[in-house]
Amino acid sequence: MRTLQRKSIEYRKTILRIIKAANAGHTAGSLSCIDILNVLYNYVMDITPQNFSSPQRDRYIQSKGHSVEALYVVLADKGFFPAAELDTLGRFRSHFVGHPTRKVPGIEHNTGALGHGLSVSVGLALGAKYRGSPHRVFTLLGDGELAEGSSWEALMAAGHYQLDNLVIIVDRNRLQITGSTEDVMGLEPLADKFAAFGCAVRSCDGNDVEALTQALEQLPFVRGKPNLLLAQTTKGKGVSFMEDVARWHHRVPADEEYAAALRELETAEMTL
Amino acid sequence: MIAPAIGRANLEVFADTVLELARQDPSIMVVTSDSRGSGKLVPFGEELPDQIIEMGIAEQNLVGVAAGLAMSGATVFAVSPACFLTARALEQIKNDVAYSDHPVKLIGISAGVSYGALGATHHSIHDFAALRAINNVGIVVPADNFETREAIRAALAHARPLYIRYGKKPMLDLHSPDTRFEIGEAIVIREGEDLTFIATGEPTGRALLAAQNLEADGISCRVISMHTVKPLDMEALLYAARHSSAIITVEEHSIYGGLGEACAAILLQHGICLPFKIVAIPDDYTVTGDQLEIFDHYGISAAGLSAAARDLLAKG
Ligand SMILES: Cc1ncc(C[n+]2csc(CCOP(=O)(O)OP(=O)(O)O)c2C)c(N)n1
Ligand SMILES: [Mg+2]
Repeated sequence: MRTLQRKSIEYRKTILRIIKAANAGHTAGSLSCIDILNVLYNYVMDITPQNFSSPQRDRYIQSKGHSVEALYVVLADKGFFPAAELDTLGRFRSHFVGHPTRKVPGIEHNTGALGHGLSVSVGLALGAKYRGSPHRVFTLLGDGELAEGSSWEALMAAGHYQLDNLVIIVDRNRLQITGSTEDVMGLEPLADKFAAFGCAVRSCDGNDVEALTQALEQLPFVRGKPNLLLAQTTKGKGVSFMEDVARWHHRVPADEEYAAALRELETAEMTL
Repeated sequence: MIAPAIGRANLEVFADTVLELARQDPSIMVVTSDSRGSGKLVPFGEELPDQIIEMGIAEQNLVGVAAGLAMSGATVFAVSPACFLTARALEQIKNDVAYSDHPVKLIGISAGVSYGALGATHHSIHDFAALRAINNVGIVVPADNFETREAIRAALAHARPLYIRYGKKPMLDLHSPDTRFEIGEAIVIREGEDLTFIATGEPTGRALLAAQNLEADGISCRVISMHTVKPLDMEALLYAARHSSAIITVEEHSIYGGLGEACAAILLQHGICLPFKIVAIPDDYTVTGDQLEIFDHYGISAAGLSAAARDLLAKG
């Protein structure tokens, strides 16, 4: 567990570094979901550079594509490409653009327009069932993203086809660009809505790697039902002045802010 | 030769103009999809909270709701990034706005490749083509702050559905404040006989710079701001074709289905054949980077357009 916790801090530092260097990025959303990606890639999913062309590998679709920095950092750590390539983020002609694309090794699908990933994941999960393959399909959604009606069309299909090989994780940080999700377009009672659509719903602290590993230890949650994990997260997690502050959605830290953020993360690392 | 002054982002000018208008006209409603920050509409929301409605990240709902509000007597501006507004909500635009003929003002922000390094999901280089093929929706693409302000004012009085799109970067000022602006009427920014640049939107300033460069080489260019892509100002186009030896069209859009093809179709159907080139974004994996880097890459730049002009005249 200590190793995973240490990784989360390292990942956060790299996320901030590449966003700072590119002078662009979705800072708070990446910090919000990095613990989820950490646990998925290092504990739960069977996806490696070695098996990436095997039909049996697990699949990961990041529907909240804007938090691409978190994904790039984890894929670099898994060895999908040399970490130095991260420094080209946002540069002219770099494949490391501000949303996931298949030009980057390890990425399954191009995302960035919200409300697409769940439908594609339903297709992948149906495909696995039809082919009799045991692999699972994981997808990460933003909570603000759930206002897109297509998400609910996909959920209806997931329940209808009893896709228990589909694992839907919602980064429930309660913020979107404009402010609180509940002020912008209320989602609650969210767990009840998912349950009503036929999902097996679990909730856990989405910034606690131990809680995440426990929640995802046993899949499916219930046979014959799509798995839905409400990951209760804090947007901007790990940097006190970014936590739960809407404007950090796509703000780049100024020099002093960057230095202060790194200090906080280094302190956290030392006290681990 | 005077270099044009640099103004503000059209995005900001839109937000100021709509706030000014809405203060005087309580029927004006702005509808957003988690886009008020991107649309620079936070001050609008603070000053006129009853005239802004938030839909969350739901562009299809945004456009459907806008139609319903328009049917209830509101003057509606539906504001969302151009990429999502004209792709995600295309059927709502087609049926609920255009076909049902409700005069919603569809405002596509950060259009074209303004979101350069965010990648193709965030580019809108399909929107002219998609909306040109939908009956009963006009397309206006302001080139500078003046055109943006005037387009928004003109939209108020416009009784049909309208799509207006612009970007995020500060724009060169191309017009004097007493210039006449009408939807559907092109503006001649500069006269010239050898070649005409017909441009729309943000590349227009670059066409003007190219014309100024070419003047030094003794090549005289007319520059037309074709701010209304639909309906196209046929008269201005035909006049240009009859009074210059070549035409180059310039747009922040796919080479397919945009301004260039619209002009070519009209010319050919009037029996006019002259050296003609469409400068736009080719059907390829669009490069990413800053908007201006992308422009430079595809020759939508003073240097690129000057070279294209020399080339075309040499061939012609
Ligand atoms: C279809 C679509 N509409 C709008 C956007 C612009 N956008 C990018 S991120 C974002 C907010 C996302 O909020 P949420 O889903 O809660 O993500 P998180 O809080 O995890 O960053 C919006 C509106 C988009 N990318 N796609
Ligand atoms: Mg959120």
